[in-house]
Amino acid sequence: MTEQPRLADQNATVALPEPFVRWFGEKGWSPRAHQIELLAKAQSGQSVLLIAPTGAGKTLAGFLPSLTELAVWPRRKPGQARRGIHTLYISPLKALAVDIERNLGKPVEEIGLPVTIETRTGDTPSHKRQRQKLAPPDILLTTPEQLALLIAAGDARRFFEDLRYVVLDELHSLVTSKRGHLLALGLARLRSFVPGLQMIGLSATVAEPDELRRWLVSQNPPKGATSPDMAELIVVTGGAKPEITILDSEERVPWAGHSARYATPEIYREIKRHKTTLLFVNTRSQAELLFQELWRVNDDTLPIALHHGSLDVAQRRRVEKAMGENALRAIVATSTLDLGIDWGDVDLVVHVGAPKGASRLAQRIGRANHRMDEPSKAILIPANRFEVLECRAALDANYLGAQDTPPLVNGGLDVLAQHVLGCACGAPFRADDLFEEVRTAAPYAYLDRPTFDRVVDFVATGGYALKNYERYARIRLNKDGLWRVSNPRVAQQYRLNVGTIIEVPALNVRYVQAGSKGSASRGGRVLGKIEEAFLETLTHGDTFMFAGKVLRFEGIRESECFVSNAPGSDAKVPYYGGGKFPLSTYLAEQVRIILDDPQRWKKLPEQVADWLRFQADKSVLPKREDLLIETFPRGNRHYLVAYPFEGRLAHQTLGMLLTRRLDRAGARPLGFVATDYALAIWSLGDMGAMFKARKPSLGALFDQDMLGDDLEAWLADSWLLKRTFRNCALISGLIEKRHPGQEKSGRQVTVSTDLIYDVLRSHEPDHILLQATRADAAAGLLDVSRLADMLSRIQGRIMHKNLEQISPLAVPIMLEIGKMPVNGEADETLLMDAATLVAEAMGPEMVEE
Amino acid sequence: MNFSLARASLIAEADLVDVAGESAVCDRRGVLYFPEFRLLAVSDLHLEKGSSLARRGTLIPPYDTGATLLRLQAVISDYQPSIVISLGDSFHDGGGAERMHASFRERLEALMAGRDWFWVAGNHDPEAPADLPGDTVRELAIGSLLFRHEPSKVRVEGEISGHLHPCARIVQQGRSVRRRCFAGDGGRMIMPAFGAYTGSLNVLDHAYAGLFRLESLMAYMLGADRIFAISRSMLRPG
Repeated sequence: MTEQPRLADQNATVALPEPFVRWFGEKGWSPRAHQIELLAKAQSGQSVLLIAPTGAGKTLAGFLPSLTELAVWPRRKPGQARRGIHTLYISPLKALAVDIERNLGKPVEEIGLPVTIETRTGDTPSHKRQRQKLAPPDILLTTPEQLALLIAAGDARRFFEDLRYVVLDELHSLVTSKRGHLLALGLARLRSFVPGLQMIGLSATVAEPDELRRWLVSQNPPKGATSPDMAELIVVTGGAKPEITILDSEERVPWAGHSARYATPEIYREIKRHKTTLLFVNTRSQAELLFQELWRVNDDTLPIALHHGSLDVAQRRRVEKAMGENALRAIVATSTLDLGIDWGDVDLVVHVGAPKGASRLAQRIGRANHRMDEPSKAILIPANRFEVLECRAALDANYLGAQDTPPLVNGGLDVLAQHVLGCACGAPFRADDLFEEVRTAAPYAYLDRPTFDRVVDFVATGGYALKNYERYARIRLNKDGLWRVSNPRVAQQYRLNVGTIIEVPALNVRYVQAGSKGSASRGGRVLGKIEEAFLETLTHGDTFMFAGKVLRFEGIRESECFVSNAPGSDAKVPYYGGGKFPLSTYLAEQVRIILDDPQRWKKLPEQVADWLRFQADKSVLPKREDLLIETFPRGNRHYLVAYPFEGRLAHQTLGMLLTRRLDRAGARPLGFVATDYALAIWSLGDMGAMFKARKPSLGALFDQDMLGDDLEAWLADSWLLKRTFRNCALISGLIEKRHPGQEKSGRQVTVSTDLIYDVLRSHEPDHILLQATRADAAAGLLDVSRLADMLSRIQGRIMHKNLEQISPLAVPIMLEIGKMPVNGEADETLLMDAATLVAEAMGPEMVEE
Repeated sequence: MNFSLARASLIAEADLVDVAGESAVCDRRGVLYFPEFRLLAVSDLHLEKGSSLARRGTLIPPYDTGATLLRLQAVISDYQPSIVISLGDSFHDGGGAERMHASFRERLEALMAGRDWFWVAGNHDPEAPADLPGDTVRELAIGSLLFRHEPSKVRVEGEISGHLHPCARIVQQGRSVRRRCFAGDGGRMIMPAFGAYTGSLNVLDHAYAGLFRLESLMAYMLGADRIFAISRSMLRPG
């Protein structure tokens, strides 16, 4: 909990019980206006959304209605029935729940409130969970998965019957994922247990507050009901304006790449100048690289640490602890540190690489100086020239207070299937009632009855047209009109598989002696986990960077990857793992505006402005609403470079579709590469000449109809869809993440879902799970909606430049060719290469053997 | 098109592989055809694996038997063999044949009609499948070939087996490709699993230890249009 400033407001204390007034007085504080406003609205029975920047006393505000009520709640007398949970607090992170327990405990103790506060997470021992069921605390701090488990228990209704408030922390981050869908369904269930239940949502600034306001309360109210369909809104604006600068490096800013290696000495200088610096990067590989580079120049051996999601948990906890004790001078981190855990005295945030979204930048900068009234200080370090433009755009956006949090998407049917089974595990249900209840959750307000019935059918017997599994049904419709689980084992399996977080198959990375292959000894300590997909591309002796070290790959055995130290060597294989956010639509537009307006180049570093001037000279700069296409020959190939600025995902999808079309048009395309800013396709045929002859015309090539049949045809076989299907299959409970007494390895799951996908697609292409998979892929991996918006925007606005040679603007993406692995589609070619190598090495007669 | 003509062209275009002196077509769909005996071998069909898992609460699509039979039908109509050997684990469990949907049973019986059909006993289906024609055998010798489900620990020249579900993996240009494969060293051959829901095990796994002469081990990886013969030095574990 943050320190309260002295705000003198005499009326503010009116709604506060006496012990609170005294406590504020003793501290020399006054409650803040939004805290009192929230309390008043809550006391009048309403649900509330509080949007406030970090350091505004959000947490205390969220709990004030509960604490003031609990202060006067009559104590239970001996012999009286036990009292249930009064307030449920839900956060996206276990660590946050633990943090809140500590921070809330302090005022509760000082005020002298008879309130019990406990956490319940995946780490809570089973005896404590059982005790919590018998003697619930007043305030339970937990996560969305734990709520799903509580709901699936037979005593759920009784456990929650006294519930008054649900406090939802970091709501903006919860609502955007499938976890949010599951949570929304869970809250709908709680509302049906306790009709007057009030929600209090705490959120950072978002683009569309009304979406969150609807999310908090019941949608599709029954006819005649007068309850509002949006929660009350309280917005706390301001805080001090952050001081953000873009590093104007004395070094040359590179054309391409993401390392920002050129700026290391300048970053180090800033670390030395500040007490504690938080360095954010976008990917794990960037984190590893930056950490390495900083230690290379760390002549003063400052304590600089590394933190990302793949590192061993114990290692991460040590870093977090050191951070809390202010024992570190700098910490290099990925998005794992994005959320609102309190870290010591961070006085500088350095953002390496472009932030990809204005809201994300604002939140990360909010990590510095957890006090609202002091300005946060931040430096942006663009890793290449396009990122300079993007940083500039993000910076302008942050000053203007622009927001570009993603719009909410409809709830997934796979998540709904999980919830339906969970409800059945808790208590028998009537389909009519559950359908109405589900539709009160905002992500499922769209749901129609036939779809819901198909989901129930899926949960029961798999929902197949071929009715072969009736006798194996997991839930059954009884004569009394209620659906019941057919067997207690079903509930037991459900509990082991609850949740929507799917782990990518990953292997432990363990130290061994060089050359031992791990066979002689079991090896040394575990450094963390790495995705299997990356490790599969390594061969013995390859070096790569992980956990801040250069490691040599020794081999894989069972579920472990053995590595040895390779100090002093260069990491040969770049590690692409870790999340990479696509450029937000908002920032993309800002970048196009900057390009279109030479007046705004004045704010750019000179070398970057020069680059744009060269472009204007040699080719042309894209207009704000236009799509620039350049074609030029190079070597014995022809290149097409498009500049949509719609983010890597949308560009990848576009690249897949365009190469199909170009192939049909006879251009003989060979490959493509996509970045956040541009797309390059190379071919044997002269695409420039083809477009000039309008065979095909660019208008026809970029026609929106590519999102129809071409998309379907490509998707059908795409590895992207298989991966998405795997997630849907796991979340929906088609296959299990865990089975009692048996842990499946990621490998086995992957193989079988691919096979299931093939069989299902050819025999029942309209199955509900394939429907869910396509919806997911369109929204997530493919960014189809964004691509569709772009294609409709550029109708009749395509600008074609047929050049004799590469343009300055094209240099960055041309440098990416060959560096980025192109996924999935050309496996046959690789096999052919391997077979040919064999033929060359051994002579043709051996192969034909 | 005339069946025998189709067969002739298939054989002409295919990769002919030598097993203990007998010449066989290594079909990219995962079957072996010996022209001399008009014999088709297929392994590890694992029919009714879907319903087998469904019994235990995992309701995966009930179309695996149909999908597997459809593919089997395609190769049988291409080669028109007079002998078919199903190399064991034809059904995923002992009750599989009984559970099979009537329409699938009819389709299977139509495939079997007019040929000699041998069910080699496997570890999943040690007994003869219920109410189906065909002969159930533990192993079968034809010419210099010996067909059995599990490869024996001692070397047997001419042994054709299944059971291990071999696959192979290569890494090219920083990318990894894994495919089912036939594994052979010229003396013995282990066939890939044919069933729609069957997983696979890398030929470099220790389960294969001692089975092959390593210097002549080849993985015949199943491609979209053809077989890719890959030598052991190119193969990667995992």
